[in-house]
Amino acid sequence: MLEIFDIYLLEAVINGILLGGVLALLALGLNLIFGVIDVTWICYAELVMIGMYGMYYMVQYFGMSYYAAAPIAILLVAALGALLHFLVIAPLLDAAPINQLLATGGVLFVLQSFATVAFGIDFRNLGIRLPILAMGDMHFSYSRLLAFGAALVGMIAVYIFMTRTFTGTAIRAISQDRQIMALMGVDTKKIYIYTSALGGALAGLAACLLVLQYDVHPFVGLSFGPITFLICVLGGLGNFVGGFVAAFLFAEIISLGGLFSDLEWGYVLAFAFFILMMFIRPAGLLARRS
Amino acid sequence: MLELKSVDAGYGSFHALFGVSLDVKAGEAVGVIGPNGAGKTTLMRVISGLIRPTKGSIAMQGTDVLKTPAHKIVELGIAHVPENRRLFPRLTVEDNLKMGAFMPAARAKFAQRLEFVFDLFPRMKERRNQMAGTMSGGEQQMCAIGRALMSDPKLLLLDEPSAGLAPVVVQQVFELVKRIRSGGLTVLIVEQNVQQVLQVVDRAYLLEAGSIRASGSAEAMLKDDSIRQAYLGV
Amino acid sequence: MNQRHILIAVIGAALVALPFVYRDPYHLHILVLILIWSFAYTSWSVMGRFGLVSLGHGGFMGVGAYVTVLLWNHLGISPWLGIPIALVCAGALALVVAYPCFRFRITGHYFALVTLALSGIVLQVITATRDYTGGSLGYTPERTKGSHILALQFDDKVVWYLIALGVWAAGLLIWHWVDRSMSRYAMEAISEDEDAAAAAGVNVTFEKLRITVISALMTALAGALYGQYQMFISPDTVSGIAVSLQMVFAAVVGGIYVALGPTVGAIITILLAEILRIGFGTKAVGWDNLVYGVLLILFIIFLPKGILGSLLARLKSPTKH
Repeated sequence: MLEIFDIYLLEAVINGILLGGVLALLALGLNLIFGVIDVTWICYAELVMIGMYGMYYMVQYFGMSYYAAAPIAILLVAALGALLHFLVIAPLLDAAPINQLLATGGVLFVLQSFATVAFGIDFRNLGIRLPILAMGDMHFSYSRLLAFGAALVGMIAVYIFMTRTFTGTAIRAISQDRQIMALMGVDTKKIYIYTSALGGALAGLAACLLVLQYDVHPFVGLSFGPITFLICVLGGLGNFVGGFVAAFLFAEIISLGGLFSDLEWGYVLAFAFFILMMFIRPAGLLARRS
Repeated sequence: MLELKSVDAGYGSFHALFGVSLDVKAGEAVGVIGPNGAGKTTLMRVISGLIRPTKGSIAMQGTDVLKTPAHKIVELGIAHVPENRRLFPRLTVEDNLKMGAFMPAARAKFAQRLEFVFDLFPRMKERRNQMAGTMSGGEQQMCAIGRALMSDPKLLLLDEPSAGLAPVVVQQVFELVKRIRSGGLTVLIVEQNVQQVLQVVDRAYLLEAGSIRASGSAEAMLKDDSIRQAYLGV
Repeated sequence: MNQRHILIAVIGAALVALPFVYRDPYHLHILVLILIWSFAYTSWSVMGRFGLVSLGHGGFMGVGAYVTVLLWNHLGISPWLGIPIALVCAGALALVVAYPCFRFRITGHYFALVTLALSGIVLQVITATRDYTGGSLGYTPERTKGSHILALQFDDKVVWYLIALGVWAAGLLIWHWVDRSMSRYAMEAISEDEDAAAAAGVNVTFEKLRITVISALMTALAGALYGQYQMFISPDTVSGIAVSLQMVFAAVVGGIYVALGPTVGAIITILLAEILRIGFGTKAVGWDNLVYGVLLILFIIFLPKGILGSLLARLKSPTKH
């Protein structure tokens, strides 16, 4: 009895790590936007939802292969991110930060209801069934392994972009001193658009990975949006490393919580953990607050 | 090379510059001296486009600076080392220098410029992977000047390069300025440290309360009684 | 000032007398909805006007509605007792989440995101406990035959209209009470500069907590009343991020710095939803929120003071600018 339980536990731990990859990807995207532009896109998970629909239609309706559709979906959501910045955030750059946040709340409404109107409220999936990998008595779905691997590759690509290119360096520099960017010959408006597109692209990548594991419906964003925000707040908004660590922490809690009960309770546990952490380590939360 | 004609500027309702005219010729080193709050930093910011003047004109080698977007001004050959250095503290020295070479023309020559700056400041080569914010004030000043030089400018604007540095380091910074201008670079330098700056520049302007009160060769300024009394304490 | 009191009395009397003169059930229904939601939006703006932007009010509303109905259905506890219990639950939840936030100076973005997660979590809990709450399909209080005071169930819409009117008026009174109290000055000082307020002797954490708990209690009451009136609640209509955002939206559209702003917001949003519903029929699903969303964005960009707020500002100072 104990042995079987141990195996389930190990399986849950590993599944938690696999889930953590995708959550870390989402947290990175959100942190990037916050770090550079100083706004929080509370509609971030809804961008992922749109990307998932994009994948669904390309694969199911147009019969494209998964790997051909994925880059297009990523580009689509990247364009959406740039558009979001251009239409909603740019006019509000000098407004109170809370107004920017609320405006993206409006975008959340718009995207959700747009999906409802355009795609209906049915649950849809790709109809791709990836095999299950059996390791001893443990079972891991290939879709999760793929998601973890691709998320890791995505994050490494972002890291290389941020450290090796001029634009990436400017993205890191801009949050440290906004005013003097012009002296470097940097057009901050352009950097904002690039960053928004990059944040969108990360949401697009997450969409390609999540659509393998979950059905898509207009409200699917609600099931991982809140958890992404908690991760970012716990890790410190704009703090990439903090977000990465917090993502895996939360993923483990959700996965282990789900072992004992439903997945929803895993989320509840994660929230309780978050509240607890705020009591214990508030300094970690406030690390980058001005 | 650079020509300002009756420039007025300020922040909101606060006026900082009144009808300032000055010019810098190619190959010259020109100083702007004056007390705190005279508008020296504003003058620098107006030239590099961080603030737009309310009146007057600025031309760089015949190009209207005021019609150039702020982030394009560096492409005219104007590099600005801002007050307090303003490095990116959580970027490495090399990344800071990289930011100085952000504009397309400079990117192409990045490796060559990096070598030039490392030759000028061997210290920077040693510290290339260190976070800029963790260096000493003098090293940070070198890094800031190096960052400005990365764009291969024709005109270097130095805003209070000696501020907040130990006397020995101040000496070094002015030595550097001498070396930089001996390489043919045109320099416009704003300083409170009048004694030192007049040793390295050819000409100087005296800026008081937002207006140019006097100008002349460095030697003449050094001999001027009123300047000696007000700024040199003799 | 006296004139103003007379005006308020006349309008109040007219509102009370209205259902005895005019009894169209559909219009009364809309009025009841407007009053209940106005109360909910007013409770949001009690704290929202001080820059405490909570996106967790969907959570408080859900607790108010579900706890009341669960107690009635499973334990037979009358809503007269159930509602106070639900309010205590919502207040406790507000304390548990808000205390660490305020204690450790989590403000602005951070506070909005934490509370946003709160409303998401409440929705998750309701969905997860589907054996008791009916999950996402929704939940109905067990009916008694006809009107029943003990069960807080009334067939007569006039009764509900009067209850909703009373609660709405009470909400406005609380708004005014906060507006007149020392708390307001303390909170304004806090929203300008927390450190300076603390230095001036304001107990920042306590003041914020007080306002938050008042606001949460009011919101929970709105949720409970909504459930009793509609005799049906679902996670999507009384909890979750969408409801939180809806509150913010209505309050922002009406104007969060004036007492009647949220009410104006409720009138606009509910009429808009009804018009869309009548115009499009079942096809309206989604369209109402689409229009909300677009309007919210446009309002924040072009009219951040809200309709009533901008109107009053213009009336008060036509000479300025």
